[in-house]
Amino acid sequence: MSITVTLFGQMITFGILVLFIWKYLWGPMTTMMEDRTKRIADGLAASERGKQDLEIAQQRAAQRLREAKQDAADIVNAANKRASEIIEESKEQGRQEGKRQLDAAVAEIEQEINRAKGDLRRHFINLTLDTAKKVLGREIDASAHNDIMNEMIKKL
Amino acid sequence: MNEAHETVAGHGPVEYIQHHLHNLSIGEGFWTFHIDTFFFAFGIAILIGFVAKKIGDNLNPDNPTGMQNLLEIILEFVGQQVKDAFNGYNPLIGPLALTIFVWVFLMNAMDLLPVDLLPWVATEMGIPYLKVVPTANLDTPLSLAASVFMLIVIFNIKAKGGIGFVNMFLFHPFPADNPVVKIILIPFNIMMTTIEELSKPISMGLRLFGNMFAGELIFILIALLPWWVQFIPGGLWAIFHILIITLQAFIFMLLTVVYLGMANQALEADH
Repeated sequence: MSITVTLFGQMITFGILVLFIWKYLWGPMTTMMEDRTKRIADGLAASERGKQDLEIAQQRAAQRLREAKQDAADIVNAANKRASEIIEESKEQGRQEGKRQLDAAVAEIEQEINRAKGDLRRHFINLTLDTAKKVLGREIDASAHNDIMNEMIKKL
Repeated sequence: MNEAHETVAGHGPVEYIQHHLHNLSIGEGFWTFHIDTFFFAFGIAILIGFVAKKIGDNLNPDNPTGMQNLLEIILEFVGQQVKDAFNGYNPLIGPLALTIFVWVFLMNAMDLLPVDLLPWVATEMGIPYLKVVPTANLDTPLSLAASVFMLIVIFNIKAKGGIGFVNMFLFHPFPADNPVVKIILIPFNIMMTTIEELSKPISMGLRLFGNMFAGELIFILIALLPWWVQFIPGGLWAIFHILIITLQAFIFMLLTVVYLGMANQALEADH
């Protein structure tokens, strides 16, 4: 067992094999594995970020929902209030209008009554005067009995 | 195991063992070329290269399957060792360690094939000798160790500079403040550092060689037992040997990284 020229053949083979492995396996594979490690890390970071974003979004959504509910409740309240106000106003207006119309009607009736009374009075006086003229003829002096006549008119 | 040794050797246990430890080679002396060792080492290298190219060209980051998964595991494992043992950065270390680990492991794994299988096939094809395990031949571990040694020297010079590298031999491991003592210590330092540096690759190579040679020898010895009892020691040894081949590949890889890491450090100030 001694050293032979095979040793140098093996050395050359070894050198070539190392270079070959370096170029075609170690190089590409380490690059790939580094890329993959990086990608996995990025992916995990992204998913973590996504989770956080989701949480924030959920919180925001819940906040929005609360606000919206509050707003809706406010609006409903305001609407109810406004509705009751309108009803009250309408009632008030109705009452006033009714009262006004009533007053007007009463006033008109009174006017009519007064006018009718006046007319009636005049008719009655004239009728009475005519009747008295016809009954008394010339005996009654219009001027002499004027005060009686006026007294009668007043009584009527 | 099988009982092919009777057809291959058929003379006796000593001849059988010798036959199994005989390389298929051409040339004489130093210029002997072990064809079988080179063939299997080169064939495994081609196989690794082929798989590496195939996987490397079809990398699928999202849906890795089969061989890519396996290679990713090995690559991450080796990369982790490199990160732990090698300070600083050098793009060569990773591929180097990966290649050593995979190549040495597969060459060692040839040991797990039935010890007579491939030699028997070779005999049938008219090849008289075949030693299957490349790492059980001294040349292969030492060639790897010599390559690593060259890299250690290169890294040393790169990290420490040419003068720093020489200084390492002159004033290490026994530094001194007194100039006279310094000069006296120089021969010892040169000797010690040379031994230290040379012992690294030699111990590395011999460790791997010794383990694999011994393992192969035990397989051969087991194959000499009667065929109906071989499976007990053979099975046990094969299972244990799985640990050894992995461990030896790992040790070789790790020592390479550690030695290169040491070489890569700049010279510390004398203390």
